[in-house]
Amino acid sequence: MTTVEAPLVESGAVAGLRPRRGRALRRLVRSPLALTGLLVLCTAVLAAVVAPLIAPYGPNDAHFDARFVPPGSPGYLLGTDALGRDILSRILFGARASLLVGVLSVLLALLVAVPLGLVAGYFHRLDGLISRLTDLVLAFPFLILAVGLAAIRGASLSNAAIAIGIAQIPGIIRVTRSETLRLTSLDYVAAAVAEGASDLWVVARHILPNATSVLIVQATVAIPGAILGEAVLSFLGLGIQPPSPSLGTMLSEAQQSISRAPWTAVIPGLSIMVITLAFNLFGDGLRDALDPRASRR
Amino acid sequence: MSAPATGAAADLLSGDAEEPLLRVRDLTVGFRTEDGPVSAVDHVSFDARAGELLAVVGESGCGKSVAAMALSGLLARNATVSGSVRLGGRELVGASPDQLRAVRGKEIAYIFQEPMTSLNPVFTVGRQVAEVLRVHEGMSRTQALDRAVELLDLVGIPHPRERLRQYPHQLSGGLRQRVMIAMAVACDPRVLVADEPTTALDVTVQAGILDVLRDLRDRLGAAIVLITHDLGVVADVADRVMVMYAGRVVERSEVDELFARPRHHYTVGLLGAVPSARVSGGEQRLREIPGLVPTLEQQPDACTFAARCPAADERCRSQEPPLAPAPQSSHEVACWHPAGTRPPGDRAPGDRAPGVAREESG
Repeated sequence: MTTVEAPLVESGAVAGLRPRRGRALRRLVRSPLALTGLLVLCTAVLAAVVAPLIAPYGPNDAHFDARFVPPGSPGYLLGTDALGRDILSRILFGARASLLVGVLSVLLALLVAVPLGLVAGYFHRLDGLISRLTDLVLAFPFLILAVGLAAIRGASLSNAAIAIGIAQIPGIIRVTRSETLRLTSLDYVAAAVAEGASDLWVVARHILPNATSVLIVQATVAIPGAILGEAVLSFLGLGIQPPSPSLGTMLSEAQQSISRAPWTAVIPGLSIMVITLAFNLFGDGLRDALDPRASRR
Repeated sequence: MSAPATGAAADLLSGDAEEPLLRVRDLTVGFRTEDGPVSAVDHVSFDARAGELLAVVGESGCGKSVAAMALSGLLARNATVSGSVRLGGRELVGASPDQLRAVRGKEIAYIFQEPMTSLNPVFTVGRQVAEVLRVHEGMSRTQALDRAVELLDLVGIPHPRERLRQYPHQLSGGLRQRVMIAMAVACDPRVLVADEPTTALDVTVQAGILDVLRDLRDRLGAAIVLITHDLGVVADVADRVMVMYAGRVVERSEVDELFARPRHHYTVGLLGAVPSARVSGGEQRLREIPGLVPTLEQQPDACTFAARCPAADERCRSQEPPLAPAPQSSHEVACWHPAGTRPPGDRAPGDRAPGVAREESG
């Protein structure tokens, strides 16, 4: 411990704060890269949420008198595409779809993978079965899985999220399992068992709460992967269906016009890059901030 | 279960007709490992009575902690436990996981060696103490918190109400160990097993923790089993002492008797290895027991201490000495040639050793 800041008598207000989280947050904002990531993410999320309010046009409004308008033109800040649709508006709505798929798929993966990982790590009898099934899913190519799912259930935003979520499950199971194994060997878990705690109690009260920081980091790192996955699926026509915009479908549509109007491809591409980079920077910063070993330095 | 034969054995050991609170007979623990079986505890029998502090002494690896963990089935899956552990007339060896869980915390509570890591870092200490009460006693949140304040006060934590709201990392090692003790005694356990509770703490804090244990014994009337390798602690707080070596009980006695007249050569060696401020003039070097505690695949029919014993002879290497009342004293020892005695016709090889002990304890 570097600092001893706890006064003997704490006021109620101070005691209500969670000191660990507070310290981690302070460490996070002190790192310039992580802070940049956080700010970019906040901006992107905010813009996506309020897209209907701030977008100058509807995302599918075609202006045939203004096709291939270059960026910076009056009225069309980021230019227009082959159908004269305003790229800024489409990016705002597209980011909305991309972020939604990214977050939903990771939430879905967490929902399935965390309980399985806890069971695999805590109950040794089921470890072999769950771990081998994890390997099986991991060995299955993501795209083939997604194509199969799209073929069975049809291509849509929710099916893309499901396919991406399934692809994320094995990684989260492994992280949860290894964290559970580590925590199970700790003294306070042994002490809880000696106090007569049941398995469910130990897992719910001692293992899961202590694994949350690792899982939060894992989720933050998984979201950009899911956003890229959505872009890939939409690009291939397996995700969000045109004309609804997503960053992936915009890239896909820009294929025909890339030589004539490069901005139609560059702008959604850059958007994907900025969002995933921001997530990665934020995730790295979060991992460093929550790493107990980092606090000693 | 309550066959007359076992009852008679209890009488023999405890000396009174009433069954003691905790009655352990022939507790034997082994582990199946990748390198084959390992024997950790061999036919250990002892009683713990209410209001009494029993110290279990021995070097690291003597099976003290394993024997203690085996009491309520806390050992890993690869352990094999046999024998009998009766707590208030109930058999615990072979009891179902649910039965054992009901016993843990409520009947037998543990205090572990590592106060720094034995508390969950993400919850306040108040919540952790209160949880034990809510699980075992079914108390409401506010009831449990009120009782937690009392408990922290009982174990000598100043400003308990403020401390309850703090997280483990805000407390010192001594305070955390007191919190652990508060959690252990939360449900008024009848047996409290303290496994090296003071080893990780410095000496001044240690004295405070020992005071708490003494106080709990007197006030709550619990049977306390104190596992330690610190003979200073034993002399300070214990009522009776059990010396373990390589999984066996080698000597058992009242505390004063043991320090005054140790009979087993291992005990003699342990006492000789206690650093003393007084022995500073003539001899600088501390006397140690040569060699290490052996890791045993199986228990031999021989004295396991023979290889390190100054008094060992052929008989020690070929026949296991039973734990029997030592000649010319009131305590029990498992030795063919007890120290400090000179049975007629024997060559008394242990003569040298008791002199050492007297010098230390006298």
